Amino acid sequence: MTTTSSTARTPMRTSRRRARGRQRWIGWAFVGPFMAVFALVLVAPVVYSIGLSLFREQLVGGTAFVGLENYGTALADPKFWEALGRVVLFLVVQVPIMLGIALVASLAIDSARLFASSFFRISIFLPYAVPAVVATLMWGFMYGTRFGLIGNLNDAFGIELPAPLSGSWVLASIGNIVTWEFVGYNMLIFYAALRVIPTDLYEAAALDGAGAFRIIRNIKIPAIRGAIVIAGIFSVIGSFQLFNEPNILKSIAPNAISTYFTPNMYAYNLSFSGQQFNYSAAIAIIMGLVTAVIAYVVQLSGSRKEAVR
Amino acid sequence: MTTEATVTEAITTARGTERRAGSRQPRLHRSVRRGSTVQRRSILLTIVMGLLALYALLPLFWLLVNSTKTQRALFSSFGLWFSGDFALWDNIVQTLTYHDGEFVRWFGNTLLYVVVGAGGATLLATLAGYALAKYDFPGRRAVFAVVLGAVAVPGTALAVPTFLMFSQLGLTNTPWAIILPSLISPFGLYLIWVYASDAVPSELLEAARIDGSGEFRTFFTVSLRLLAPGFVTVLLFTIVATWNNYFLPLIMLSESTWYPLTVGLNSWNAQATTAGGEAIYHLVITGSLLTIVPIVVAFLFLQRYWQSGLAAGSVKQ
Repeated sequence: MTTTSSTARTPMRTSRRRARGRQRWIGWAFVGPFMAVFALVLVAPVVYSIGLSLFREQLVGGTAFVGLENYGTALADPKFWEALGRVVLFLVVQVPIMLGIALVASLAIDSARLFASSFFRISIFLPYAVPAVVATLMWGFMYGTRFGLIGNLNDAFGIELPAPLSGSWVLASIGNIVTWEFVGYNMLIFYAALRVIPTDLYEAAALDGAGAFRIIRNIKIPAIRGAIVIAGIFSVIGSFQLFNEPNILKSIAPNAISTYFTPNMYAYNLSFSGQQFNYSAAIAIIMGLVTAVIAYVVQLSGSRKEAVR
Repeated sequence: MTTEATVTEAITTARGTERRAGSRQPRLHRSVRRGSTVQRRSILLTIVMGLLALYALLPLFWLLVNSTKTQRALFSSFGLWFSGDFALWDNIVQTLTYHDGEFVRWFGNTLLYVVVGAGGATLLATLAGYALAKYDFPGRRAVFAVVLGAVAVPGTALAVPTFLMFSQLGLTNTPWAIILPSLISPFGLYLIWVYASDAVPSELLEAARIDGSGEFRTFFTVSLRLLAPGFVTVLLFTIVATWNNYFLPLIMLSESTWYPLTVGLNSWNAQATTAGGEAIYHLVITGSLLTIVPIVVAFLFLQRYWQSGLAAGSVKQ
């Protein structure tokens, strides 16, 4: 970079300055490829869909600029609100259950009081490797009341268990699939955070006569707050984006899962069955905003508690 | 920039763990200390955790058991135990040859997406994360802020607009429609960025510069070697993301030629409910088993990397 054959003073200085200028920009040679693809697959679609959401396809005369009309329509659309309400309900129930189990499991593994703890760590984490499609297909088969495990149980005990794929239970059944997929993943996030807590903190606490539960409450949980907030944010984002599981279950439970079961399914079906691309784009943008705001609030509340402490 | 702080914190946490896992000493210390104080192994706690492990493993056991059954036995037998003829090999052969071997084709497609998509994503993220850590260049902060914001953008909310844009560009129904979007891993960029600030000493780069080595040569001959653990972690994450990718290919592809395994399997499953479609549940189940075997094996062999990378709270997709 900085080598130069010239011995004359002035040219050398300029070439060095030029080299330093090039040096200043060399970072872009590394960042450039990433940013180019990033612009194409992330920035451009956002801009494009904001543009789309401001227009309307008309029967006569092509597209017309309608400003925020699509957003107004969405906010007055009962299907959109039903879908949003469903994922909010899902989030409020499923996320705490999943993170709670994950937290207890990680504390158990970290406590060194388990037999074969590495077996538990690996086996509980394993479902994360299973594609959502395969997970949903498996659980979908097992949920079956005619054949499948629920059917087996009903036959064996002569009972009538609630059908997991019926209208009133299907959301809980989806919650179970999502919990199964991600509980081990969140467990490992917590576990990794637990393992870097300095051990002398425990020693000091034990000397002061603190029991295991006090150590958990007063040392361990505060110490991994950052990891809990991050897991929370990603679970919130995941809930709002809920699509794969209900969309796959729809083929075996068509009556229980509507085309607007979640906001994402609604946007998808508006585009691919209804050809309402402009309206679909507006819904996608609204969901993007809602997700960003909620993720931000979760993070804010997480760090505020930390500041108070 | 509170997000920055949180993410960084999580990643440093992850790396701390890795360091700790690398050296055996502190761990031994800890268990000795614990053994000597009040704590003993608890049978009750082990049983409770056993139930959770059972919950995690039961569906996989179900899959294994049922891939050995014929379609008839599937409907007539108890789900959690073997029954009838052992039809696993027959099922595998049928899965691989059904419809002129489309399963094999989908398997090949998935491999293509994983190699080009995950490999490319890891390379791009490594180059960019390294530059953010080691070079001060105009617009560096802007790059960081933009990429950070992208993590909050829900991926699937973007899928429909991306489809519309790609169809204008004539990219739908081609492998590019799957590969291009999977080339971006903002999380991978963070991980490498944090990793590189520590793992690659600036003095080393300065020394290489004085020796007259170009920046890219230094990167490929010196830095990349130091970045290897971070690189492998990011590679594993992107491999799982591309192997499990469903929504994007579902939208982008209308013909089965370029399907990955996930979309293909779902189309087999859905075919039973369409008019005149043949029910092939035994093939769906065997195909599912064949789909997860490679990734589960990769997980078990490379778990050391997973455990260090996971704490960074990867993107759930």
